[in-house]
Amino acid sequence: MSTISSGPRPADYPNRRPEEAVAEPTVMTTADGTPLKVSLSRKLRRSKIKAMLLVAPLFVFLVVSFVMPIFDMLSRSVDNPEVPTELSRTVAAIEGWDGEGLPPETVFAAAFQDIKEGAQNRSIGRVATRLNYEESGARSLIMKTARNVRNAEMPANAKAFLIDIDEDWGDPAIWHVIQRESDPYTLSYYLAALDMEYNAQGEIVEKPEYMQLYVDLFIRTLWMSLLITFLTLLLGYPVAYLLANLPMRISNLLMIMVLLPFWTSLLVRTTTWIAILQSQGVLNDMMVAVGLISDDGRLQMIHNQTGTIIAMTHILLPFMILPLYSVMKTIPPSYLRAARSMGASQLYAFRRVYFPQTLAGIGAGGILVFILSIGYYITPALVGGQSGRFITNFIAYHMQSSLNWGLAAAIASILLAAVVILYLLYNRLVGVDNMKLG
Amino acid sequence: MPPSEQTDVLEPPHAGADGSTDAAFVSFRDVQKSYDGETLVVKGFNLDIAKGEFITLLGPSGSGKTTCLMMTAGFEVPTHGDILLKGTPINSMPPHKRGLGIVFQNYALFPHMTVAENLAFPLEVRSLPKAERAAKVQRALEMVRLGSFGDRRPAQLSGGQQQRVALARALVFEPDVVLMDEPLGALDKNLREEMQFEIKHIHENLGVTMIYVTHDQSEALTMSDRIAVFNDGVVQQLATPQELYERPANAFVARFIGENNTLVGDVVEMDGAAGKCVVRVDGGAEIKALPVNVSKTGERSTLSLRPERVVIDPEPGSLPNIFEADVEEVIYLGDHHRTRVNVLGNREFVIKTPNAANVRPHRQGERITVGWALEDCRALDA
Ligand SMILES: Nc1ncnc2c1ncn2[C@@H]1O[C@H](COP(=O)(O)OP(=O)(O)OP(=O)(O)O)[C@@H](O)[C@H]1O
Ligand SMILES: [Mg+2]
Repeated sequence: MSTISSGPRPADYPNRRPEEAVAEPTVMTTADGTPLKVSLSRKLRRSKIKAMLLVAPLFVFLVVSFVMPIFDMLSRSVDNPEVPTELSRTVAAIEGWDGEGLPPETVFAAAFQDIKEGAQNRSIGRVATRLNYEESGARSLIMKTARNVRNAEMPANAKAFLIDIDEDWGDPAIWHVIQRESDPYTLSYYLAALDMEYNAQGEIVEKPEYMQLYVDLFIRTLWMSLLITFLTLLLGYPVAYLLANLPMRISNLLMIMVLLPFWTSLLVRTTTWIAILQSQGVLNDMMVAVGLISDDGRLQMIHNQTGTIIAMTHILLPFMILPLYSVMKTIPPSYLRAARSMGASQLYAFRRVYFPQTLAGIGAGGILVFILSIGYYITPALVGGQSGRFITNFIAYHMQSSLNWGLAAAIASILLAAVVILYLLYNRLVGVDNMKLG
Repeated sequence: MPPSEQTDVLEPPHAGADGSTDAAFVSFRDVQKSYDGETLVVKGFNLDIAKGEFITLLGPSGSGKTTCLMMTAGFEVPTHGDILLKGTPINSMPPHKRGLGIVFQNYALFPHMTVAENLAFPLEVRSLPKAERAAKVQRALEMVRLGSFGDRRPAQLSGGQQQRVALARALVFEPDVVLMDEPLGALDKNLREEMQFEIKHIHENLGVTMIYVTHDQSEALTMSDRIAVFNDGVVQQLATPQELYERPANAFVARFIGENNTLVGDVVEMDGAAGKCVVRVDGGAEIKALPVNVSKTGERSTLSLRPERVVIDPEPGSLPNIFEADVEEVIYLGDHHRTRVNVLGNREFVIKTPNAANVRPHRQGERITVGWALEDCRALDA
């Protein structure tokens, strides 16, 4: 039996290297004869199980609170149950319609029955709302019809009966919409989120200019987030440098000041900015007092883009400072000194030696602030006014007020996709392995 | 302090390696430094360094060696006094104008650049043409025997290789003076010895002036032309390695450099002219010694005696100091024996005897006599 003994090496053979120790070509075994590999993997398995048990609670939590909601969101953005379930007879009847003129009498009869049934068990509102997303006026058309057919008998000529209730039934548009939305899945939420729609011919076209909203909002959210990220970098870099290089006593104090915002409520911080920036606020009052601006020339700095940018830059600043600090802390002052001793001026040494070594921190802080900023909601909602609102504010609006969850889910999915794409791009450029978050 | 020893400190610098100049190349004039305004880390540092000299600042941790080096480099400002480079004061000259090569203790190789880029940095700063830069970098790399390592990153090198790159980087722009702050501190013993040899070799070939900081006395002894022993912010002795070992100027230097037996007592007889004194140690025995920095009777004194200068079982009467001793311990060290004896109440008294064919090692508990010459026993300050 060959055992691996690491007997004491004679101290007086300083040139003997460990690699030179004789290694037998036979299978290595432990002292009791089990092969080394088996014994090793047995030991490793136990520690693996232990590690798995330790992360299990977090894993379950993440699945329930993160992965499942995301899947739910993604499926809601294409889910289209209303028309196929509520108007099931109509959907079956309209399937063969060629789209020319009005659909045949059978379709009208099926619609009559579907609406009547929906009116009786009060479920018709859902499909009315759903169709209204596609064709404005569809809701009132269906609700009006529902009131009229609720207690009516099946007429001999359903077509004439319906058109008699509302002449819009005589317009092929509503039938085209029903036919198009008869699938259990739909693209129409995504189209709406991208300011597009189907025209009368069923082709995908841009919405008229005055109806466009979301694409501009996406773009605004992106560039404002970029600007905020850049501003936090500009303001945070010198602070992080001081934090990393001042004597302990002072830098601790500074660190507390950086962290202080975390200990106050986000709402308090945001509303404080309202108090400072509004036209009757502290800053304007001061500028008027020192004569910088006239009383009727007060600057509008809140409830617009400026407000959002100032408040968000302030709120996200620590997320830039902390990764920068943690990277800078690891750069010993001797690097700069070495560069200086070799003849580099302070600026040159900074540019060629210090700055490149902080790129990892800039990368980490940048992506952190950018992603946080893209998804920020409360602050733009409070101080953004019309021009400073983010796309997230519209997600919230569709979730809470208009209850168009499908559209909210589509916008959120696009936002998620944008973040993922940007992240991948960023990873290509910077390399996540090169980032240091703390 | 007797005048004979005083001269050590004030001795003018040696001529440079090329013998061309006597003027000091780098000088420190009464340099003082305080970081906090309360304590002096460096107190009145005076040193003249000749061109091409290899000077080592040696001292225990916290004695102000790095501080002196950083003041020379321009990263710290002396609180008082002047530092002169080629005769001109450089106190207000920014670091990048001083043109000194520095090897830092942690090497300070730029991690985001390759070895070649690291070496090219000082040349790039001096806007040398690209081709010339590459040639110089290659030559410097070959000098430290790393010719094929230019494309590696510092993190891909071993400690010893990093050390050599740092050395090459400090030399590549051909500075007149190179400062090194414990450059071998992080290396293991074998590598350290190899690098000591290599640095010494490069120094001899290039003739640059080296200011070297270490707290390893054997390193200082093997490499330096002169050594300034630092303690407590003051130069305790400035001398050649041999001088320092053979004739330590005070008790601190004697203890710090090499191994050393000490006996403490009072001076009872003093004959400065003849270079003789008698010290009565605390047990009552009287020892004849060479007065170094004692000047009158009644003074307290530490006697310093190198272990290899003690003779075991000398002929009676052949040496002025012969005493009885009990062997406490004998350690076999291959080329020599270390015998620890109890003599005159000192149980830590060590004797080194070479391992020769005719020498019989003693046994524990044996009673022997030990003796030493007057000149080998130096009466220092208490
Ligand atoms: N930047 C500083 N601020 C305040 N005190 C300092 C500073 N640098 C060094 N000191 C103090 O000055 C004294 C001398 O320090 P120095 O670094 O010069 O010692 P050293 O001889 O190089 O020691 P070592 O062998 O440990 O490197 C020490 O007591 C140290 O605490
Ligand atoms: Mg030091």
